Amino acid sequence: MTFLEITEGPLWVLASSVFVLGALWRIVGIIRFGRKPDISIPRASALMGAIKGQFLHFVPHGGFSFRTLYHLVAGYMFHLGLFGLLIYAAPHVLFLKENVVGFDWVTMPRWGFILTAEIAFAGLILLWIRRISDPVMIKISDADDHIASWLTFLAMLTGCLALEESHDSLRALHMLVVEIWLMYFPFSRLMHAVTFMFSRGYTGAFFGRRGVVP
Amino acid sequence: MSASAAIETFVNNIDASAAAYLDACVHCGQCAQACHFYEATGDVRYTPVWKLEPMRRVYKRHKAPLSGIKKMFGLVPDEVDEDMLKEWEVLLYDSCTLCGRCTIVCPMGIDIAGLVRKSREAMVAAGLVPEGLVGAAERAIEIGSPLGIKPETLAKIVAEQAEEVGIPIELDKVGADYMIILSAMEILNFYEVIGALARIFKQAGISWTISTEAYEATNIGVQMGNKDIARTLVQRIVDAAEKLQVKYVVSPECGHAYSALNWEGPNLVGKSYNFQVIHILELLDQLVHEGRIKTKAELDQRRVTFHDPCQIVRRGGVVQQPRNLLNLVSGNFIEMENAGVANICCGGGGGVSANARAEELRIKSFAAKKKQLDAVGPEALVTACGNCRNVLEEAIDEYGMVLPVLGLTELVAEYLDD
Repeated sequence: MTFLEITEGPLWVLASSVFVLGALWRIVGIIRFGRKPDISIPRASALMGAIKGQFLHFVPHGGFSFRTLYHLVAGYMFHLGLFGLLIYAAPHVLFLKENVVGFDWVTMPRWGFILTAEIAFAGLILLWIRRISDPVMIKISDADDHIASWLTFLAMLTGCLALEESHDSLRALHMLVVEIWLMYFPFSRLMHAVTFMFSRGYTGAFFGRRGVVP
Repeated sequence: MSASAAIETFVNNIDASAAAYLDACVHCGQCAQACHFYEATGDVRYTPVWKLEPMRRVYKRHKAPLSGIKKMFGLVPDEVDEDMLKEWEVLLYDSCTLCGRCTIVCPMGIDIAGLVRKSREAMVAAGLVPEGLVGAAERAIEIGSPLGIKPETLAKIVAEQAEEVGIPIELDKVGADYMIILSAMEILNFYEVIGALARIFKQAGISWTISTEAYEATNIGVQMGNKDIARTLVQRIVDAAEKLQVKYVVSPECGHAYSALNWEGPNLVGKSYNFQVIHILELLDQLVHEGRIKTKAELDQRRVTFHDPCQIVRRGGVVQQPRNLLNLVSGNFIEMENAGVANICCGGGGGVSANARAEELRIKSFAAKKKQLDAVGPEALVTACGNCRNVLEEAIDEYGMVLPVLGLTELVAEYLDD
């Protein structure tokens, strides 16, 4: 069995299983902590607040300072770029069709891939520069923040190297890094990709009950 | 001092929402720019999410799903110890007013203020509470008021105000529709509000009273993070309201008092009230809409702006009513930047003003508010919280500014057409 076959075979199964089961375990674990029912009389709907909360925090509140603006721009560059690559890069669509979902969809052209990747890289690098240079970010960042940033960077970098699919070893390297990323996900702050919905929902419900649209 | 008691409280306090919050944080630091303590000092320790570090550590070490696997590989944070708790006691009590501005700026929607509140409960368990708050709590439990105002003192002040406005005020009146509670700061420093209420309620034809058993709205238990004290103080109001058979309890111009009674109170005492809690600003706005109070056609022409008390507006939901009332009496009301739910705190909420150790920092943090005020250049500042008013007056003096701070209820009464 070649290295590529290992990364696209048993290692992929292992990594995706750890990813799915680990993330589910963590989500169910959080929900199982439960919450005491709030018996105060609501001014408005908590459910509507929770739904609004999902969208309200996509834009910053409390005034635009440099800090907010920087994160807003860099954060959207990175996340939109990453999701664009993840969902519409031709090799990803093909891989997901063959290994996960069984069907394909429209893919981005090569020039679109390059543009999206550069936007995503720029966003990620800007965020990381901020993390290592801004006194607030230095104070609050921990190893997990840096590992997650670097793993994501390496996943994107090896993905670009494997774009042409001309070298099996580069494709296998990309698969390996992605699989490490997937296995790291449930144990790390990368879980924010899921937990942000709970967080926004709980706070949205809090404000919703009180009739506040923050 | 017991670190283990604090850890146990942290663990018990982490429910699904707290866990989701602690798991969702990506350490982006945006909360820093929302915090007046950080903005005014530039001290990174005042970054709101950093104040949650002991709670985060306990969660990641003891409670987070999959923490058992991480522990096997030594990948969990160090145990929280006494030194850490001592250091964070200052951060949690001196540099956070629970204003919740960080909550609304957070892209993940993490209720940092709510978690600071939970963290304070762990500090209480550890026996690490600022002296000023401990003393205030003792006076609240033993005497009935955190400032030590006895029922006789209240009765004297009420009688003086009744005489001043020429309207009798009946204490402990069974069967009154409304029971008014007041903040200690109002009773001692801004007692004219009692006369103002008497005039407004007379015109509106409202039946009201003040209980000599539960006249104090301030809930020091909520501020310090002591649920037992918070519950006792809420229960005192519930008992008095039930004894006097009132339909409404009116929460006064006091930020956290409204939150404590209306939003947290039923959960603290474990049952729904058989009366309704209404904030004084909601009641006044309602009375205006019903045409039961009328103000003069001549408006206040001073350039006034409104300081939003965080727990009434941002975390209380009484946002539009103060604006309606101000527009009723003012011909020159101008909003500050980020007014309403995103307004900047006075710097003294959440028990900070009762904590002498925090005074210097509190005054320093006013710089953020001053910047907001300077941008609109008001001739008078109106607010709807006795504590905010007192804190603002002190800071305004310290900064050498000339700016009267007015209570909204008193301003409405001043323009009452009676």
